[in-house]
Amino acid sequence: MIWNPNKECMPREQMRLLQGKRLHKIVEYVYHNVPFYRNKLQEMDISPEDIQTIDDIVKLPFTTKKDLRDNYPFGLQAAPQSEIIRIHASSGTTGNPTIVGYTRKDISIWSECMARSLTSYGVTSDDIFSVSYGYGLFTGGLGAHNGVEMIGASVVPASTGNTEKHARLIRDLGITGIACTPSYALYLAETMDRMGISKDEIKLRVGAFGAEPWTENMRTEIQDRLGLKGFNLYGLSEIMGPSVSYECDEQHGSHINEDHFFPEVIDPVTLEPVPAGQTGELVFTTLTKEGMPVIRYRTRDLCSLLPGECPCGRTNVRMSAIQGRTDDMLIIRGINVFPSQVESVVLTMKEFAPVYMLIVDRVNNLDTLVVQVELRPDVFNATLDTPAAIDELEKRFADKLRSVLSINAKVQIKAPGTIERSQGKSSHVIDKRKLY
Amino acid sequence: MTIRQLSIFIENQSGTLQKVLELIRKSGIQIIACTIADTAEYGLFRIICSEPDRACEELKEAGVAVAISDVFAIELDNQPGGAANVVSVFSGAGIGITYMYAFLLDGRGILIFKTTQAAETEAAIRAHGLHALSEADLPVNA
Repeated sequence: MIWNPNKECMPREQMRLLQGKRLHKIVEYVYHNVPFYRNKLQEMDISPEDIQTIDDIVKLPFTTKKDLRDNYPFGLQAAPQSEIIRIHASSGTTGNPTIVGYTRKDISIWSECMARSLTSYGVTSDDIFSVSYGYGLFTGGLGAHNGVEMIGASVVPASTGNTEKHARLIRDLGITGIACTPSYALYLAETMDRMGISKDEIKLRVGAFGAEPWTENMRTEIQDRLGLKGFNLYGLSEIMGPSVSYECDEQHGSHINEDHFFPEVIDPVTLEPVPAGQTGELVFTTLTKEGMPVIRYRTRDLCSLLPGECPCGRTNVRMSAIQGRTDDMLIIRGINVFPSQVESVVLTMKEFAPVYMLIVDRVNNLDTLVVQVELRPDVFNATLDTPAAIDELEKRFADKLRSVLSINAKVQIKAPGTIERSQGKSSHVIDKRKLY
Repeated sequence: MTIRQLSIFIENQSGTLQKVLELIRKSGIQIIACTIADTAEYGLFRIICSEPDRACEELKEAGVAVAISDVFAIELDNQPGGAANVVSVFSGAGIGITYMYAFLLDGRGILIFKTTQAAETEAAIRAHGLHALSEADLPVNA
């Protein structure tokens, strides 16, 4: 089902006209209400009149996380405080938290976006739906909550914590839907196992999972253990909160609510748009937001926009799963390489454990990339017991890597347990180049 | 007509072979014959041993990349040309040998080899009256 076919299935040309009109309006609005944007535009000698169609967006400057921090707390707020009805704050682990104020209209648009997502997952007013994102400064809890209320399902504001009580409620109330982080879903499944609640005793059928990266393997495991169908829900508080984009039944990318949030994918180094379908940094412009609009906000999330029509009937563009963060990017022989790209290839090879190491070096002024992977003892078998067979495996992996990375990598197959396991961000890379 | 062999993936680094040998010692497994196929970065350590199933299971549990494969072990005449005679039987039948090594058993040469054409190899062994060892023929003291 589709909540708002007018917008979700709008012909492309009409959508671009609408986006262009809204972009002009929002640029005019921030120009007159946010000194930060006015100064930037004046420095670049751009006036709102220069922005008439959506294609004009490339003339506008980018906004970064640092800009949001530097203007803490209300420097980027465009609406007067009397119009703000809610304030959320992102976690400020590495500096000032980001403060986002919402007007009544912002909350209403956000709720509708969330309603579109839930409807796409098959949630209706007949469902009993548990929101198990944290309620509070984090946008997850209240954001999902408003959407569930809008479609008229019975919302159970479970929030996080007290998982045993939550598990009992899921069984006793016959809760049919849940919104939470994928890792919380797995934790919930473990808790149910421990309590002896089997999946036959519960009625969960839909899961809206987001707020952290997750893999297809996690999806399979969650679906298996909780007996539901799990859908991706993407969002970020700087733009709105959950439901910036959402999966449909096809589960091939997440549809962006692009009548409100205009997406671009750029090369994080040159800042130029990448060709359609290629991976780069996701950038959003809020087209309708009043409280704190943002222009060309660099999310630091890496993904691609998926070309082509979706069989579900929606025309709004889809984004791929997030493939990593720009913070992790390496430049090798002038090509941007992300450890997460290597990871995505490693995960397709059943012979290898899900660990890897990138070793970058510079030999005779030429960058070299070695990718180390580990054999899985449980998959190693007699067909791999000759150097020819191992070479063949190396070659198969190297070919897949080349098609994803666009550069040649030398593959080293290692014995099980020899690559260091660690959760840290940069732990997948050893850069031996002495460039700085 | 075949015997079981363990193939163990080890890295070409000092200490890695020792680690595997210690695991084998701890399991009380006896190595009867062995060879290493080496490349620049890794080696495949192939062994004929007592209780190959248990050895494989315990090595896998210890996180070692190990596999069992079936190989032929043919007794040789202790005469010049002994190996040539045996190999000519297989090459004559169009059978390819993937790899080969040998050891001495009570003073008799034993040729171990792997082929992908097991059925044809067995037929050739029978037709030429070669003596193929079974695992019961191995000198297991463990």
